Amino acid sequence: MRRVYLDHAAGRPVDERVLEAMLPYFTQKYGNPSTIHTPGNEAREAIEEARGKVAELVGAAKKEEIIFTSGATESNNLALKGAALRNRDRGNHIITSSIEHMSVINTCKELSKQGFEVTYLPVDRYGIVDLEALKRELTDRTILVSIMYANGEIGTIEPIKEISEIVHERGALLHVDAVPAVGQVPIDVVAEGIDLLSISSNDIYGPKGVGALYLRSGVRIVPIIQGGGQERGLRSGTENLPGIVGMGKAAEIAKAEMEAEARRLTRLRDRLISGILEKIPVSFLNGHPTKRLPNNVNVRFSYIEGEALILSLDMEGVACSSGSACTSKTLEPSHVLLATGLKHEEAHGSLLFTLGKQNSEEDVDYVLNLLPGIVKRLRVMSPLTPKELLDHV
Amino acid sequence: MYSEKVMDHFRNPRNMGEIPDADGVGTVGNPVCGDMMTIYIKVKDNRIADIKFKTFGCGAAIATSSMTTELAKGKTIDEALKITRDDVAKDLGGLPPVKMHCSNLAADALHAAIKDYLAKGGKK
Repeated sequence: MRRVYLDHAAGRPVDERVLEAMLPYFTQKYGNPSTIHTPGNEAREAIEEARGKVAELVGAAKKEEIIFTSGATESNNLALKGAALRNRDRGNHIITSSIEHMSVINTCKELSKQGFEVTYLPVDRYGIVDLEALKRELTDRTILVSIMYANGEIGTIEPIKEISEIVHERGALLHVDAVPAVGQVPIDVVAEGIDLLSISSNDIYGPKGVGALYLRSGVRIVPIIQGGGQERGLRSGTENLPGIVGMGKAAEIAKAEMEAEARRLTRLRDRLISGILEKIPVSFLNGHPTKRLPNNVNVRFSYIEGEALILSLDMEGVACSSGSACTSKTLEPSHVLLATGLKHEEAHGSLLFTLGKQNSEEDVDYVLNLLPGIVKRLRVMSPLTPKELLDHV
Repeated sequence: MYSEKVMDHFRNPRNMGEIPDADGVGTVGNPVCGDMMTIYIKVKDNRIADIKFKTFGCGAAIATSSMTTELAKGKTIDEALKITRDDVAKDLGGLPPVKMHCSNLAADALHAAIKDYLAKGGKK
């Protein structure tokens, strides 16, 4: 059976060149970067080289502004808790959006238990953050604003530069969770005025279990892990040497290949979106039609449920995702889709395809050939489907 | 995630469809929660002579609907009323714990269809 992997937002393969770069650091170059002998020096140099490559990918002015972590969840925790606790004397108000990743939302919830006030900004029906609401909610007590660069579920790209100007006018810090965007769209932390930026390794075809936080020079945060003082004291713990080397290599490749790959993926994305909307009646696009990540296709079909769609596609070799409650741990539909104004029953019928390097036009056409039949089969089964629709499809 | 039996019923649902002149119809769940099912029964000589279902929902919701119709077909009204959610799950080789509550509603839909039949003057 043909296998078509279209769930790159959930997990990506490690690029072969990345794996190759990592391998010596398991069995041959295993020194601890905190030591001063030759193997230690070798390890330290490798980490600094990787730091430089990650810095370049996001346009950081200095490589020292990159702190390696165990992944983007830790980066988001460190950014929010670190900045909030460090700036407590200046205020206790944090602003974020209602479509952030759970590692931001749940960290904010934890901070509210510790006495911080958190405002969750609404988004429009495309998922774009309400800038007027941001202006309204900012006060002199606002110390931190955290808005994602782009949403991994609906693909919507946020106006970060405008947000940054608004936030800095009021003297607050701007943290940006850039996990789904890094390596897909060009990011320039300096030009866009970003103070803290979370990056994941796996999302740029590096290994899982490693990530980074960009921290602009002069921005002060406190660590959330105490120990031997690695990563300028901001992230103690012996460095994940092979992982960091892998992330560095992945960043280097992403920088070199991003532009061409984004163009290729955008073509595939638009072919998949227009094919679905054309071939399947009562189907809709979720997210913005153009301010959209090159690899993101999020659609919904009335009268049916997403998990049944995923299972049906999986039986034909296609791996994808859904915002349906039936596929979540909380039994609630995607908070992102609900925030864009969808009803629960609409969110249940959503389907998310995230494209990646290995996907071809043939993969897209394979899905386009399969999906109408699958949707029809489930609609025939559903008591919600109007009779007229069944007569026509 | 699902047992082979669940996947079999999901792939090849038994008794899917409607009975236009049904003797009893039962609907449970709602689209907001993500699961809704309707069961139609035709009763003859106090037995469920025919049964069909329509379901909106996840794999478990579809499989339990299919399994329930299979369990109920040919049973007397009293026997069919004794079919429980647990029976359905057991005969499917188990369900993931999270699905036991929200998606295992088909036995309730069957009972609702029987009550509808009885309320319309049907005999036990």
